[in-house]
Amino acid sequence: MTTFATHTGLLTLRSLRTLSRQPAYLLFTLVQPMVWLLLFGQLFSKVAELPGFGVDSYLEYLTPGVIVMTAMMSAGWSGTTFIDDAERGVLDRNLTSPLSRGSLITGSLVHQGIVTVIQSLIVFGVGLLAGARYSGGVTGILAVLACTVLLAVVFAALSDALALLTRQQEALIGVSQFLTLPLAFLSSVMMAPALLPGWVAEVARFNPVDWAAVASREALTADPDWGVVAWRAGLLLALALLMGWLATRAFRTYQRAS
Amino acid sequence: MPTARSATAIEAVNLGKTYGRGGKAVRALDGVSFAVPTGVVFGLLGPNGAGKSTTVRILSTLSRPDSGTASVAGVDVRREPARVRRAIGYVSQKPAFDPMATGRENLVLSGRVYGLSRHDARERARGLLTRFGLGDAADRLAGTWSGGMQRKLDVAMGLVHRPRVLFLDEPTTGLDPEARADLWAEIDRLAAGDGLTVLLTTHYLEEADRLAARLVIVDAGSVVAEGSPEQLKNELRGDSVQVELAGGDADGAGHRARHAVGAVPGVADVTVEGGVLRARVGNGAAALPGVLAALDAAGVEPAAITMARPSLDDVYLRHAGRAFREADRAEGVLV
Repeated sequence: MTTFATHTGLLTLRSLRTLSRQPAYLLFTLVQPMVWLLLFGQLFSKVAELPGFGVDSYLEYLTPGVIVMTAMMSAGWSGTTFIDDAERGVLDRNLTSPLSRGSLITGSLVHQGIVTVIQSLIVFGVGLLAGARYSGGVTGILAVLACTVLLAVVFAALSDALALLTRQQEALIGVSQFLTLPLAFLSSVMMAPALLPGWVAEVARFNPVDWAAVASREALTADPDWGVVAWRAGLLLALALLMGWLATRAFRTYQRAS
Repeated sequence: MPTARSATAIEAVNLGKTYGRGGKAVRALDGVSFAVPTGVVFGLLGPNGAGKSTTVRILSTLSRPDSGTASVAGVDVRREPARVRRAIGYVSQKPAFDPMATGRENLVLSGRVYGLSRHDARERARGLLTRFGLGDAADRLAGTWSGGMQRKLDVAMGLVHRPRVLFLDEPTTGLDPEARADLWAEIDRLAAGDGLTVLLTTHYLEEADRLAARLVIVDAGSVVAEGSPEQLKNELRGDSVQVELAGGDADGAGHRARHAVGAVPGVADVTVEGGVLRARVGNGAAALPGVLAALDAAGVEPAAITMARPSLDDVYLRHAGRAFREADRAEGVLV
């Protein structure tokens, strides 16, 4: 177990070192969220005046949703590292070393979790500057970070698994095109649950993006119902564990085909 | 862990491996067997696509054989892959360092993965950087290094944990002649040093001849010859003659040349491939006039004639039944 933790730490540090040498990548991943938050948020600010929307400021409503969305979309590219490593001999070298398959996956997931925290705090900050206020305070923000990291782990593990199974960057482009954007729209990220069309509301109940968005908005209210937050965080945790396990299993297929 | 080092470092018995299924199935290995004595450089020689890399991938636990067994450093690769991994270093054909890290950072990380303390990993990295002459570039990003230096870094990373067996898969492919000679000298030193066993795959005959104490020739997924380079060459009688036909194979010239030369006394193993005739002769100088006269009588004009002591080329031709370069070219599409 200590070896596992050491290996995970070494791999996480390697990824963070790479990131620190290419900080522009982090900025690229923040372009879209800024568009959503600042342009979309302004353009649709009157949405909050709809009867039944239930919140005064659309920006405040939107900010946790954009945080959740950013985490998902950025995590969808997590597998790129495995594809690059497999194209070079890095993955083969790692697989012939004492590094366990599990630590290769957790190293990737922990790194993605740290990136998610940095991104989320930046979006929180920009929202604050634009006028959003977070009544939930530090506790609320920590709860949002926890849910967002769990969602990022779900999508990073999915991306890692697809990367190992297909070894094609195209598969990850597919995830971003056909999965993440539709999932964002099939949730309450942009529109209050009460005003969603019936079928969308039904689909959203099974959508992890919606779990994270609902829990995050709840945690940021002045008087959160922690039951709502805990239930959805629990679902996210269970899904994250399942996806992490599947990603580790994907190594077997990688090995059989090589 | 067995403490006493046995005489055999690697043993492969009847390894079989097929990729894909049904009509698309490719038989990569068709019963490969060989044994590598401890402490030597052992060559796995063959054209591209012969099954060398597949064999190394199985021995280094990257891939599982469909049939057969193998052990490395006395440990079964299928049953205890984790123990095999601690005993081996693996240097793949493809560059396997992190281009966004410096040479030193790459080596230290490798050492840490194998359980060295931070201090020991740094010391080991410093030692290897000096040994491979990479000290000056050590703190620049490895992605900016020259191809020859990157290759040395790959080899150095494979040695960080002082493995008992080192796999080098096509180590000099893509290197310029100077960098290749440089790396050859390093590989020579490896085996001479501390009883390290090196399994080297190559499709360069001269490389196997220069480096390997023993070798097997692999062709189409099986071993076709085994021995030391000298033994294999000595098995061939006499010299080799190679005649380039001026008009190539046109008008059945190749066919006529083969019959004419084959009829000359003292000439054996005549083949024609791609406008080039090859034959074995007992004594090159004595047989040459007869060969020239036979070609003249058959109306075939030679463009160039080469006479040579037997080389591994000839060994390959003899055992695989075709010229090495032709085989390499024909199957080279895989790379």
